[in-house]
Amino acid sequence: MAKVWVYAELHGGKLQTTALELMAKARGLGDVEAIVLGVGAKAAAVVLGKHGAKVVHVNEDKAFDDFIAEPAADALAALHEQQQPDLILFAFTPDSRDIAGRLAARLGKGVISNAGDAAAADGGFVAKVPYFGGAKMASMRANGKPAIVLVRPKSFEPSEAGGTAEIKELAVSIGDGSKRAKIVERVAEASEKVKLEDAKVVISGGRGMGGPDNFPLLEALANALGGAVGASRAVVDAGWVPYSMQVGQTGKSVRPGVYIAVGISGAMQHTVGMKASKVIIAINKDAEAPIMKMADLGVVGDALKIVPALTAAVKAKKG
Amino acid sequence: MTLSRRSDNDLHVKIVVTVKQVPDPNSATLLEPDHTLARDREVVLDPGDECGIEEGLQLKEAHGGEVILVSMGPERAKDAIRKGLSMGADRGVLISDAQLSGADALLTARVLAAAIKPEKPDLVICATESYDGSTGMVPPMLAELLGVPQLTIAKKVEVDGSTVRIHRQTADGYQVVEASTPVLITVTAGIAEPRYASLKGIMAARSKEIKQVGLAELGVERGEPGETIEGLADAEARKAGAIVQDDGTAVDRILQVLAEAKVV
Repeated sequence: MAKVWVYAELHGGKLQTTALELMAKARGLGDVEAIVLGVGAKAAAVVLGKHGAKVVHVNEDKAFDDFIAEPAADALAALHEQQQPDLILFAFTPDSRDIAGRLAARLGKGVISNAGDAAAADGGFVAKVPYFGGAKMASMRANGKPAIVLVRPKSFEPSEAGGTAEIKELAVSIGDGSKRAKIVERVAEASEKVKLEDAKVVISGGRGMGGPDNFPLLEALANALGGAVGASRAVVDAGWVPYSMQVGQTGKSVRPGVYIAVGISGAMQHTVGMKASKVIIAINKDAEAPIMKMADLGVVGDALKIVPALTAAVKAKKG
Repeated sequence: MTLSRRSDNDLHVKIVVTVKQVPDPNSATLLEPDHTLARDREVVLDPGDECGIEEGLQLKEAHGGEVILVSMGPERAKDAIRKGLSMGADRGVLISDAQLSGADALLTARVLAAAIKPEKPDLVICATESYDGSTGMVPPMLAELLGVPQLTIAKKVEVDGSTVRIHRQTADGYQVVEASTPVLITVTAGIAEPRYASLKGIMAARSKEIKQVGLAELGVERGEPGETIEGLADAEARKAGAIVQDDGTAVDRILQVLAEAKVV
């Protein structure tokens, strides 16, 4: 059996769903050991056991919470030295990207990033990665051992496997040389009413909304539908709305029941974060926009007129 | 193997900005109808890198110093460097070698590290990810190979003596993260609005130095690639549904779809 590692991310002591998504996949690829670092690791290890980890390596040193990437890269490199895994799975998230890149460079290995799936093939591992702006899907083979693969969030569905993990203390001392990029403050900005990632309906706006002043139109529709508002990278970069609302490759991945893209052209950067939605509705003044080719319903027209009319109609229907 | 810390204070900040020439994100699709790569496609300086250059220039203007652009790419990538020089960067380094065609993230990071190390910069600024590759792996690899800490996804950067402080964008806000120079910073596209090159800047850029080096001069060997593409298939495309002009019935059509999806 292949030795498969899952790097399980904690945020403020809370095990991230992405770790459980990776567990669901990893179980089918070999014997799974998870690594979870920082305050709360032991509690998280129990959950990882239920999701199929045979062994969970833990270390609750606060340095893992307080410093970017280097302590975790040290711990993983030290454990790699002893265990020589065949595959290490990371989530394609900011924290894991920082760690995976450092680890790979230290081990002198390649990385397959932004993967949508991974499979065992001919004694190694092959991952599926979007290519040529997402028009193609490349099968990419990792040439080194370990294969290091970063998988996009929401690629797999978490499910319990009903086991119990052996919990092992990962012995590593984090020297001052790795305590360099220090998180000195955490600032939460406006909290969302319905979390974008969990919303059953997502209404996202792009450049076609004309300006930030028109985003309340989307809020009103979201309120009427009990959904959340998202945005394209272009309008986040332009400063219209905060980054927390960004859907796409560098933002959040969503798969709601209904996704309504308003004034969004549909660049790969955006669609990779929403194309798994069950139903997609696009409202755009350009019939040739790429988003129209993937929408279940594409409406060519003026979003600033259609959205308020739709909100009124939804309210009327709901009574 | 770490970069040496500079002894002088922040009166001079030596800044390296990594830049890349990419297919123009605003031009037509990447692929011809027969799925081959459109070879005559326009190439431009990566828009994310323009923001990195702008941030570098603003830090230089505030603290004094030098902005050096380092790029890996074919000969024509000089155009991308030249654009950054016309914005105000001081000089450029282009690593160009036939052996680098198809380089993966690790080789790219090794090559950039070899070119950057002798410059002994205080700050290395990278875009969080490139517009074309979007894997975001080169910056953390480069930080590791340079032996410096990484301050990532910065939407704001402050330099205070040898302390660098950033606002690191997170899903629900930001973290304040700090480290001592030398550091590598990755910046978001929202960090700074890139300036337009002035005519004076464009003229001045013509006489600025772009040093061109090959792999042998850097002492880097290509080595085996970390990963190999075994096959390409058409991405699973969603079927296009109905496309309708809004002739006044659009709201009803949308309501119908919402009703079928049981959200109204």
